[in-house]
Amino acid sequence: MTMLPATTEKKLGLVIDLDTCVGCHACVTACKGWNDQGYGVPLSDQNPYGADPSGTFLNRVHSYQVQPVDAAPQTINFPRSCLHCDDAPCVTVCPTGASYKRAEDGIVLVNEDACIGCGLCAWACPYGAREMDAAAGVMKKCTLCVDRIYNENLPEEDREPACVRTCPTGARHFGDLNDAESAVSRLVAARGGYDLMPEMGTRPTNKYLPPRKKDRPDQASLLAPLLDIKATGFAGWLDRMLGKI
Amino acid sequence: MHPAPSVIVFTVLSGIGFGFLAFVAAGLLPVSGWGAFFVWGLGYGLAVVGLGASTFHLGNPQRALLAFTQWRSSWLSREAWASVVTLLVLAPMALSDWLGLGLPRGIGWLGAGLCLLTVAATSMIYAQIRAVPRWNLWTTPLLFLAFALTGGALLAGREVLAPLLCLGLAAALITTFLLGDQQFVRRGANLGTATGLDRIGAASVFELPHTGGNYLMHEMIHVVGRKHAMKLRVIAVICGAVLPAALVLLPGHLGIAFAVLVHLAGAFAARWLFFAEAEHVVGLYYGARG
Ligand code: SF4
Ligand code: SF4
Repeated sequence: MTMLPATTEKKLGLVIDLDTCVGCHACVTACKGWNDQGYGVPLSDQNPYGADPSGTFLNRVHSYQVQPVDAAPQTINFPRSCLHCDDAPCVTVCPTGASYKRAEDGIVLVNEDACIGCGLCAWACPYGAREMDAAAGVMKKCTLCVDRIYNENLPEEDREPACVRTCPTGARHFGDLNDAESAVSRLVAARGGYDLMPEMGTRPTNKYLPPRKKDRPDQASLLAPLLDIKATGFAGWLDRMLGKI
Repeated sequence: MHPAPSVIVFTVLSGIGFGFLAFVAAGLLPVSGWGAFFVWGLGYGLAVVGLGASTFHLGNPQRALLAFTQWRSSWLSREAWASVVTLLVLAPMALSDWLGLGLPRGIGWLGAGLCLLTVAATSMIYAQIRAVPRWNLWTTPLLFLAFALTGGALLAGREVLAPLLCLGLAAALITTFLLGDQQFVRRGANLGTATGLDRIGAASVFELPHTGGNYLMHEMIHVVGRKHAMKLRVIAVICGAVLPAALVLLPGHLGIAFAVLVHLAGAFAARWLFFAEAEHVVGLYYGARG
């Protein structure tokens, strides 16, 4: 049913730390690997070994350069996947009821047996979180590894999304953002976690943690004042003369 | 957005089809006997061929009937209902005109209203999408309705109404272009808000997440042909509205036929632009503004 639930009991989601992400794409690979054999049809590839390969992925890692006003530019690696929005426009546009948001945990899913592959939900998502599978003609998106997180056949430590489990730097966190005391909620509060494109009115569940303030060169060393060496002798004379011209 | 032929054919033909049906149903093109059969058949034909074309856009068309289930939230579902209900409501009127049953014209007026509702529902499929700022404006339903009414009036050979509607369509097109051009900036989304990195400075793309193409780039970050946008806009206004206003005044059916064909050429150009010029905010992540 593509009416959105008024509230959800839990808000399961991800918190992604842009400070620690090193852009290794391990989460991309882990996601593709798990979702190739789990929920729904496999994530197909087209022409994977040919001249123009492409394929369906549920998670993509971008890299951006940011130029602060008064400091050196920084590289930011930026994983992008479904944010499991509270006001998910992808759900309400769906004509078939294939797209839905679960009232119990807020996960946004696609029932592939009902999906006609019209693509309207992918148009409605501002974040590019949905990709139509070119082989199966149905819409694919992040399931928050719904087939891992409740899976009692897996050891306890594996009951989290594949991307979170695999991230070598611990840049991805999973939990209930409805619970103010959860680790993810405290992380968001402590680090100033934010929403992507709030102007789209989607109220995303996932939050991003901004990069921490970097050291500036003049704050870099306690010895910095001592490094301000004055030239003496002939070099000092030259320095003073040239300074006057 | 990728200007998929199936969706362009769907919106143009179903638009002119329902527009024409509205005129015929309201009795503005008085017909009877086999004349009525062909006139109603043309209206039904255009609408049904248009609706049929939309299924070519689907990945799994065999499940298309499920699209009728979510009318409470989905404009696509409402459009499906509106078109089927309209075609059903109009059927007795069509039979009555053809066989001379003398049913009250009120049924036709109801059907004509439903025709316009159907076109409005089609336009809302696009107008509702906030992530495509150019579409997400009142001009989208206005433009779709203007095309349907103008096309319908031209086909019905209304010598006064059609030229007037042509002028209205020209105004609607120009308003859509001018306001549409400002929409992306007015919506306020940019790479800074898309990544939240505006908190620390000016962001730009350093490296793309993948070296090949993907569904998003093909479907939503279409840029091919935008360089001809200005020429196509002129073609849309001249062929879609200006020329037909004069051609429809030529005597006989030939004038109508010319006016409609030229109008359709303009309508296809305008609809191609409607998609090709529309920028989706996801393009921001890829460094395109669209
Ligand atoms: S990120 Fe996109 S696909 Fe995911 S819930 Fe939000 S709008 Fe829907
Ligand atoms: S592609 Fe499938 S899930 Fe998306 S709107 Fe269409 S039917 Fe619904």
